Amino acid sequence: MEEILIFFYTYKEAIFIIALSIFLGIEVISNVPAVLHTPLMSGANAISGVIIIGGIILVGHADASRINTELILGIFAVIFGTLNVVGGFVVTDRMLEMFKKKKK
Amino acid sequence: MDKILGTFNGVEFTVGGTLLELSYLVAALLFVVGLKLLSHPESARRGNFYAGAGMVLAMLTTILLHKNADGGGIQPANVWIILAAIGVGSAIGWIIARKVKMTAMPQLVSFYNATGGAASALVALLEFPNADMSNWGSVLVTLLGLIIGAIAFSGSMVAYGKLDGKVNDIRAGYLSYINLILLAGTLALALFILLSGQTPTELNWAIYLLLAVSLLYGVLFVMPIGGADMPVVISLLNSFTGIAAAMAGFIYNNQAMILGGILVGAAGSILTLLMCKAMNRSLLNVIIGAFGGGDAATQGEQGTMKEITMSDASVLLAYSRNVVIIPGYGLAVAQAQHVCHELDELLVSKGVNVRYAIHPVAGRMPGHMNVLLAEADVPYDQLVEMADINPDMPSTDVCIVIGANDVVNPAAINDPSSPIAGMPIIKAHESKNIIVMKRGRGKGYAGIENSLFFDDKTRLLFGDAKSTLQKLVNEIKDL
Repeated sequence: MEEILIFFYTYKEAIFIIALSIFLGIEVISNVPAVLHTPLMSGANAISGVIIIGGIILVGHADASRINTELILGIFAVIFGTLNVVGGFVVTDRMLEMFKKKKK
Repeated sequence: MDKILGTFNGVEFTVGGTLLELSYLVAALLFVVGLKLLSHPESARRGNFYAGAGMVLAMLTTILLHKNADGGGIQPANVWIILAAIGVGSAIGWIIARKVKMTAMPQLVSFYNATGGAASALVALLEFPNADMSNWGSVLVTLLGLIIGAIAFSGSMVAYGKLDGKVNDIRAGYLSYINLILLAGTLALALFILLSGQTPTELNWAIYLLLAVSLLYGVLFVMPIGGADMPVVISLLNSFTGIAAAMAGFIYNNQAMILGGILVGAAGSILTLLMCKAMNRSLLNVIIGAFGGGDAATQGEQGTMKEITMSDASVLLAYSRNVVIIPGYGLAVAQAQHVCHELDELLVSKGVNVRYAIHPVAGRMPGHMNVLLAEADVPYDQLVEMADINPDMPSTDVCIVIGANDVVNPAAINDPSSPIAGMPIIKAHESKNIIVMKRGRGKGYAGIENSLFFDDKTRLLFGDAKSTLQKLVNEIKDL
C-alpha cells in the first residue's frame, strides 16, 4: 500500500497529465464524421511517432566512438520513429488533399 | 544556453533546459489543437499540419538542447548520426507515402503504426539496463512500454500482411486458449522481472524473452481476426502505440511524449469503439472473431444467379430516372473508381439522377470509400450516407452494386442467426432493379452467402469491375 502511495507521489505530475489527456482525447474525437475516420486514425498514428524523441535522446547520449548494440538499435529506433512521423503526416495530408480538391 | 537560471527542488536549471521544456509545451498544445482540427472536414488538413509542426519542433529542440543527467549535451558526432537516421527515415517514409495507391491506404497506416511500435519497444529495451530496480514504478513503465510496443509492432505487421493479401486468416478455436496462456505468461514474466530483486544485467535474458513472447502474442492476437474487422484492429493497435510512447515518456519524464501518447491512446480507443458501433459489433466480438465460417445452411434454396447482357444493362440504366451506385472494396481493388465516375457522368448527361450510397465501413476502413471516390473527382453532394439514402431505395429504378457484398446483404435484417445480423446495411434489395458487378461467384469478405444475388430482381455482370464498367460505358455511348 505504501509503495503505491510512493509511486503516486513520485509521478503525480505525470499521472495528472495522463488523467486529463484521456478526457482530452475522448473530447477531441467525439462527433467526428465517418468520412474522417481514416484520415483521423492516420493523423493520430503520426502523433504516436512522438516516441522519436526517446530515440533521439538515446542515440544522442550513446557512445558513438565505437560500434555497439545500443547505438545500432538506437539508430533503428530513430529511423522507425521518423518513418512513423513523416509517413503518417504525409499520408494523412495526401488523403485530405483530395477532400480539399473537390470542394472548389 | 548553459547559463544557470536558478534551482528547483534542489536541481539547477539552465536557459536551454527551460527553453526545451517550453518547446515541449508548445508541441503538446499543437498536438491537441491539430487533433481537434483533424476531426472537422474544413480544417482537417490544417490540423494535420499543426500536429506535424509540433513534432518537428520537439525533434529539433531535443537535438539542440537536450542534456543528460550529468548536464552533458548531445555531441556533434551523435547529432550527425541522428540527422542521418532521420534523413533515411524521412526519405523512405515520404516516398512510400507518396507512391502508394489510395486503395492500399489501410495497410500503409498499419505499416506506419508498426514502425512506431517497433521504435517504442526498442527505446524501452535500451533503457532497461539503466533502470533503477529499486524504483518499481520506473521498471514497470519500461516493461509496459516494451510489451505494448512489441504487440503493436508485430500485430500491425500481421494486419498489414492480411490487408495486403500476404497473410491468411487462421481461425482455429484453440488459438484463443494459446493466446490466453501467452498473455498470462507475458504478465508473469513481467512480474518476475519487477519483483526478482536482481540487477538489469542479471535479468538480460528475461527482458529479451519478454520481448519475444510479446512479439509472438501480437502475431497470434491478430491472426484469428477476420479481414473485415482489420480496421478496428488497426485502430486498436494505433492506440497501443500511443500508450507505449507515453510509457517511454514516463522513463524520460517527458511531458510532450506522455501527453501525445495518451492523447493518441484515448482518441484511438474511442475511434475503435466508434468503428465497432458503425458495424454494430462489440469489441470483444471482434477480438474473439465470431465472423465468418458460418456454413450457409440455406445454400440449396438460394436459387440461381441470373446474368444480364451488356446491352440490356446499358438500356436499363440509360432509361432510368433514379440510379444508386453502391461501391464496395471490389471497386477499389479493380482501380475502377475513375471509370465509375465516367459512367455516372454519362448517365447524368442523359438526365439520370445518379447518387452514390456510402456504407460507413465501405472499403477497408471507415471513410476509405469517400477518399477513393474523392480521388476520382466524384462531387461531394453525390455521395450520400447510408441512413439518408435508405428511405429512397423503394423509388430507385436501378441499384448498381459494384464489388460490395456484406454491406448489402439482406441477411443482416432478415436472418437473426446470420453472423452479420443487426449490422446496418444499404437496402439495395428494396429497389426496383439491381445490377451486381462481381468478380466471381464467391462469397464476400465475411464468408457468408448473400441472398441479394439470388433475388428475382437481381441481374449479375461477372468480371473485373474496371473492364466491366468500361464495356458498359462504351455500350451506353453507342446507344
